Amino acid sequence: MVDVTQHVPTQETAWQALGEISDPEIPVLSLVDLKVIRSVNVEGSAVSVEMTPTFLGCPALEYMKQEIREKLLALGFEQVNVELQLSPAWSSDLLSEDAREKLRAFGVAPPALRAATLAETLKKPVACPYCKSYHTRLESPFGPTLCRQIFYCEQCRQSFERFKTL
Amino acid sequence: MPLEVPTDIPKEALQRLLIALADDELVLGHRDSEWTGHSPILEEDIAFSNIAQDEIGHALLWYTINEQLGGKSPDWMGFERNWKHFTCCHFTAFPKGDFAYTVVRQYLFDVGEQVRLKNLSTSSFAPLKEAAEKIIMEEGYHLMHSQSLLERLGDATEESHKRMQAAIDTAFPQALGMFEELTGEDELVKAGVFSGNEALKEQWLELIVPVITSASLELPVEKKNGTFTTDVKAEEGGRKGWQKEHLKQLVEDLQSVYKMSPGGSW
Repeated sequence: MVDVTQHVPTQETAWQALGEISDPEIPVLSLVDLKVIRSVNVEGSAVSVEMTPTFLGCPALEYMKQEIREKLLALGFEQVNVELQLSPAWSSDLLSEDAREKLRAFGVAPPALRAATLAETLKKPVACPYCKSYHTRLESPFGPTLCRQIFYCEQCRQSFERFKTL
Repeated sequence: MPLEVPTDIPKEALQRLLIALADDELVLGHRDSEWTGHSPILEEDIAFSNIAQDEIGHALLWYTINEQLGGKSPDWMGFERNWKHFTCCHFTAFPKGDFAYTVVRQYLFDVGEQVRLKNLSTSSFAPLKEAAEKIIMEEGYHLMHSQSLLERLGDATEESHKRMQAAIDTAFPQALGMFEELTGEDELVKAGVFSGNEALKEQWLELIVPVITSASLELPVEKKNGTFTTDVKAEEGGRKGWQKEHLKQLVEDLQSVYKMSPGGSW
């Protein structure tokens, strides 16, 4: 006889599983690292997840919801409910130092912490993720995805991307 | 999930407001996307493609709230609705024109959005307030972008100045149409949903006049008793669904792929 109790997933294993889902555009960060998962509630064989969007126009949003659903069903839950929650609005300030280090290692400069205004935020010095030089300039406040912008490093003479401050 | 509307807020007028907000974003987002692959420089190609994606994301959120109030689905609103039932202001629907017109339109719209979203951030209807608080964080990048282009192109060369002034002359009466009164607006104001379009227009003028003037460009406005006023007649009718031919073409373009296989999924 198989001991089924071993296979009943818990809150903890659910969080762990969600920590294995990569952001489709920044694969070094998981949905948990990104802080888009707000809460996980297990009730018997049902689980409900509250998530919050980073950028509203992010095309990966539907994909993320799908991944969450599939991952939790595979874990053994029979019912998975994923809900979007807007408030409080997601901010890049939520990223931990660990997540910021993962971004640097991936070649993306982490977002600056929010200042009083966007103009002030963008005046903060940005270190090149490759050579660490602060001799860098903003090339475009926009980038290849909604969450990134383009910089240029005068020191090592190459472009790099930075996660946008939101 | 259906949303409850407090009894003092007129639901029909609230939905009208949501659809107007969404239609403006969807239609201008589509116009912005027309620069993808066609911008004068690569950075602007990227910028306008990003802005288009943002605006359409914001439209989706407004349509979603409308759906939660019992309205049609966002896909239906975007892909199945007849163009005559769109309530965007004419301003957002005009063809993209030259780059000067695009920059001026985007700037006037971005400031309009800032004013509107800031106002909605104190709305008595919580879902509207939460959405506005979220969207306003993203919109800051749009305004920074359009304002810096306006300031640079306003007095860069004789040619750029001439084109920017011509764009302002064309866009200003159109832009005033953003603030066309909605049917049932009085009741929304009374219920604290927002402060009304006339108040928003005043705040908008207060913000755009100094920036445009410092960019060596002129606006037909004057200051009376501490507030800016203008004699220019606003280009209105969009909020009532009196749409023009270029919206028809835009909507045909927007819906063309969907209509090849209605209801199809990827």
